[in-house]
Amino acid sequence: MIYREAGQFKATYASDQAIFPIVQDRVFVLAVVIAAFVVPPLVASEYWLQAVLIPFLIYALAAIGLNLLTGYAGQLSLGTGGFMAVGAYSAFKLTTAFPQLNIIVVFLISGLVAAAVGLLFGVPSLRIKGFYLAVATLASQFFLIWLFNKVAWFTNYASSGTITAPDRTVLGVLVTGPNSTTAARYVTALALVTVFALIAKNLVRSRVGRSWMAIRDRDIAAEIIGVRPLRTKLLAFGISSFYCGVAGAELVFLYLGSVETLAFDISLSFLVLFMVIIGGLGSVLGSFLGSAFIVLVPVFLTNAPHLVGLALPVALQKQIELMVFGGLIIFFLIVEPNGLARLWQISKEKLRLWPFPH
Amino acid sequence: MLDVLHAVLVAPFKDMAGAPAFLVEVLIGGVFAGLMYSLLALGFVLIYKASGVFNFAQGVMVLFAALTLVGLLERGAPVVLALALTTVVMVGLAFAIERVVLRPLVNQPQIILFMATIGLNFFLEGFGEMAWGANVKKLDVGIPDHSFVVRGVQINSLELTAAVTAAVLVTLLALFFQKTRIGRALRAVADDHEAALSIGIPLKTIWVVVWSVAGVVAIVAGLMWGAKSGVQFSLSLIALKALPVLILGGFESVPGAIVGGLIIGVGEKLGEVYWGPLVGGAIENWFAYVLALAFLLVRPQGLFGEKIIERV
Repeated sequence: MIYREAGQFKATYASDQAIFPIVQDRVFVLAVVIAAFVVPPLVASEYWLQAVLIPFLIYALAAIGLNLLTGYAGQLSLGTGGFMAVGAYSAFKLTTAFPQLNIIVVFLISGLVAAAVGLLFGVPSLRIKGFYLAVATLASQFFLIWLFNKVAWFTNYASSGTITAPDRTVLGVLVTGPNSTTAARYVTALALVTVFALIAKNLVRSRVGRSWMAIRDRDIAAEIIGVRPLRTKLLAFGISSFYCGVAGAELVFLYLGSVETLAFDISLSFLVLFMVIIGGLGSVLGSFLGSAFIVLVPVFLTNAPHLVGLALPVALQKQIELMVFGGLIIFFLIVEPNGLARLWQISKEKLRLWPFPH
Repeated sequence: MLDVLHAVLVAPFKDMAGAPAFLVEVLIGGVFAGLMYSLLALGFVLIYKASGVFNFAQGVMVLFAALTLVGLLERGAPVVLALALTTVVMVGLAFAIERVVLRPLVNQPQIILFMATIGLNFFLEGFGEMAWGANVKKLDVGIPDHSFVVRGVQINSLELTAAVTAAVLVTLLALFFQKTRIGRALRAVADDHEAALSIGIPLKTIWVVVWSVAGVVAIVAGLMWGAKSGVQFSLSLIALKALPVLILGGFESVPGAIVGGLIIGVGEKLGEVYWGPLVGGAIENWFAYVLALAFLLVRPQGLFGEKIIERV
């Protein structure tokens, strides 16, 4: 940043280990969070809230979840969509079975259900590594989607096979369902992602996070110095699935309103993986940046031809979108394989010295 | 409880023993499907062996090859010319990929290269559809498609052709890898990039060669799958079918791709026909994965994968 930390001495370990050790950083982040809560509901249009900001927050939460597993614990997973589906369907079952239960509690419980499923599918990670594991996690993806498609109990025997978010309130304000305002849903999503991002940030600095990184960097060496692989890997799968489960529930209740299993298919898993890698593996901030990138690029590509006054056929535009999207992914990987978070870090360091070169 | 056990463990085998001709038909269907999977898996294995890249775009390369072939045929090119031109296009694609994607990403971790191929996947999908149109096309290169009966067992001539082609292709590739100079260089590169470079093997050339060969395999796969089910977008999704074959056979092994394909093909058909109805059918989407997973728990590197030796 353009400010310096000169004169800020740390007298305790606690202040040295703080998430944001510099006063200006703390002020900046706090201001951003408060602004995020206050400004968009007041000024943003319905379109921006519904089509950009809400999906951004929800995907960011899912990306944090996958980042904990893939970026911090080093276990490549392509089952994100499946775990998100578990969260979504259990939230639906819970809230229709117990309508008086607070929807936030429902989200948390469905996160726990997803965590349990994640633990189950995390067991093979003990034997299998790398791409073999990635393909093995695809088994969970396909199996779970098939299960939700086949067993009508999960959709309360709806003939259409879709699940629809009912109206639910938090503190007297309607936050889910067709009658809720986008602003209410936005604030709910933001509150959840703020809390969970803070938890994640603390988690990765803790003993748990350190053991994850030890396993990621060299699992045998980690085992020798006393990190228990079984517990560590399963914990990563569990916590990651919890995040994905909550995100999946949010996807239905706060964003889409009603979904079929198609919304959770393999392309969702890939989408979240993109966010994690483009944003930066092993970075909570990166999950937000990656999510913003993936959500904003299609919006931009859809609107760009209109801005310059070009009217393209829909099919052609879709194809160009795909090409540009693919090209951008390759471009970013070549420019900065460590993701947007690393770019941010580099520019921060540059700014810190600016205008002096050394 | 006993009923369930009976339905799972006894009844399917009774059915098998009761109608042997049908069982043979199912098995043959499985073998053919398996060879088609092997054909897909081969493309992955070739590239993974030589460059350590897990090429997610292989499925789209199949689609792209098939689209190009159909596009040329529709414009009136004779089959041989269309095939030759498609080969040229795929080799050109290999050059472009090496130059634009792989060379700047040398020495990056595997997952980054994997992501790059996913980017490639999107790009080719858009590009192929833009160049050749997105509607479903019929691919007809004159392979007869009819069924005949041998000793009470139905066999489809198209599937038979595909199986024979796959077998020939695999033999050729095996010879190429074992006997030619480039094949040896390929294996050296697969063993150790740096060591290969230090004894003067040109890495760039090797990568172009290997992506070209994978492109040619994609043409064959596109030809066979296209003739069977038409050329359309879903063709790129069959790559997902090849993944369980890969983990079963091992990422680095050509014979593994074949045997893995056969096991998955046969297992899938048997599972679908004899056990599928118990859980309401449509299990072929995940059954292959679960089968592969079960194998992996016993042998984490796949059936023919190189033994994983790790040191600290």
